[in-house]
Amino acid sequence: MAEMVKKATRESYGLALAELGETNPDVVVLDADLASATKSFFFRDKFPDRFVDCGIAECNMIGVAAGLATCGKIPFASSFAMFAAGRAFEQVRNSVGYPHLNVKIAGSHAGISVGEDGATHQCLEDLALMRTIPGMVVLNPADHYEMQAAVKAAAEYVGPVYIRLGRLAVESFNNSDDYHFEIGRGITLRDGRDITVIATGLMVSRAVEAVRELEKEGIDARLINLHTLKPLDREIIVRAARETGKIVTVEEHNVIGGLGDAVCSVVCSECPVPVVKIGVNDQFGHSGPAAALLEQYGLCASHIEEVVRRVLKK
Amino acid sequence: MKQNEKKALQIAACKIRMGAIEGVYHAKSGHPGGSLSAADIFAYLYFKEMNIDPKRPKDENRDRFVLSKGHTCPGLYAALALKGYFPWDELKKLRHIGAMLQGHPDMKGTPGIDMSTGSLGQGVAAAGGMALAGKMDGKNYRVYSVLGDGETEEGEVWEAAMFAGHHKLDNLCLIIDDNGLQIDGPTAEIGGPEPLDQKYRAFGFDVQKIDGHDFDAIEAAFNHAKTVKGKPSAIIARTVKGRGVSYMENQVGWHGKAPNDEQYRVAMRELKKTLSELEAE
Repeated sequence: MAEMVKKATRESYGLALAELGETNPDVVVLDADLASATKSFFFRDKFPDRFVDCGIAECNMIGVAAGLATCGKIPFASSFAMFAAGRAFEQVRNSVGYPHLNVKIAGSHAGISVGEDGATHQCLEDLALMRTIPGMVVLNPADHYEMQAAVKAAAEYVGPVYIRLGRLAVESFNNSDDYHFEIGRGITLRDGRDITVIATGLMVSRAVEAVRELEKEGIDARLINLHTLKPLDREIIVRAARETGKIVTVEEHNVIGGLGDAVCSVVCSECPVPVVKIGVNDQFGHSGPAAALLEQYGLCASHIEEVVRRVLKK
Repeated sequence: MKQNEKKALQIAACKIRMGAIEGVYHAKSGHPGGSLSAADIFAYLYFKEMNIDPKRPKDENRDRFVLSKGHTCPGLYAALALKGYFPWDELKKLRHIGAMLQGHPDMKGTPGIDMSTGSLGQGVAAAGGMALAGKMDGKNYRVYSVLGDGETEEGEVWEAAMFAGHHKLDNLCLIIDDNGLQIDGPTAEIGGPEPLDQKYRAFGFDVQKIDGHDFDAIEAAFNHAKTVKGKPSAIIARTVKGRGVSYMENQVGWHGKAPNDEQYRVAMRELKKTLSELEAE
């Protein structure tokens, strides 16, 4: 069993890159003046010749990454999710997605847990945007160990990958020895028969807490960590729908276009059961401490518990 | 430049113009104006300047070409076909369902295309990445990118210029096909991108202004660009949109329109006449 650590996944990203640089000489890391925030500086400090700070110009950074990829490099282009997936969306679509280039895009400070910076920086649309690009792999790792595994897997996979990074430190839970990360394969963290909670990213840790509390009340909830939004693990979703009959999804993202919608589209066509989506309900965020914001928007264990109880009562 | 060499390039350019018209006519859509204005530059790049081999389109040491103004690919496709990357007849299937030649360059499907482009401003950023990769790997290849003067209204063009200047990418050579026209009218009236020479100079480029239809001037500019150290190059090539087809020259309406049957016959007649005059000399 690996040790429990409390780290933000952005830090795990930077550490994983620095490790990856040792074994893979083709890995190059790009940033857009946010190396200290995306933690890509861990790589920069170790491999300055393979690090390029593109300045505050995310659209150009994605283009440079595309050009590097055509020459055999494996670029990891890092910025805030708002700018990597949002501002540079069309560059990602046309210069990376359409030619299916081997570019990895890391969007940090995703979701409302950016906190004090407020709505302009709280990207709640990145998963939706990236999911719509054909051939794009979309990863949303939940803790330190999962992020490290995801970065490694992304480098091994040939093709475009979007990785969502969080700002907030999160207690690790994927530290068991049999933990296995595979792109496109969800992880059942707890088996259960009454209902299924499917969570992604930062929300998995909140769901772990919620399911633990619900167990005390005799509620046998299945918990699935869906770290890959695309390609989606249809099998694990359909099985959950069939075996538990009710699903609650939890994501730190607009309920439009993210995890909830992805799950709904599978459930609707293959095994229709009620799906209740927990996420940000088509609103912008605002400034405040991350923990307080998460609570305010219902992205916390107590709200997950409340929704599960409500769904089971129906 | 020697007379026979110039003649060969003029013939190649004329054939490229014929191929571009052929493609757009058969597609019943596409962009002839900018294909014709850049035809001499395409001819020089593919038949004189670049270190390329159509038999090895992915050779890692080859020079790279990015058509940042991707909509003028009918001209580029004709150059590639003429060079031997694919059969000339493919041009007649341009933009058709199932065809290899897409409405804008597709690097996955077309041999010789080094970057998928079409959304203006993006190609030149990718060209910067290719030049950077060459520097990182200590390779000697050069990267060429043709952009439109109208295209320089895109902000990303200047992000890319700042990047190339800052990183001293002297293996990068931009050619601005400065035909003075964009879809909605003269560039001077629409976006006002000039003075492009001063702008590129301010971004750290070596800048040359030339007549983009004069092969002596084109040769001198590319030769000079190769001697520049520590700076990327910008060659601002003054051109005539629609060059080579009388009724298309300097006509903004021929930016993105296919000739009808009669217009096609006239265009081909004119170009064939030019070609036979060149070949007879």
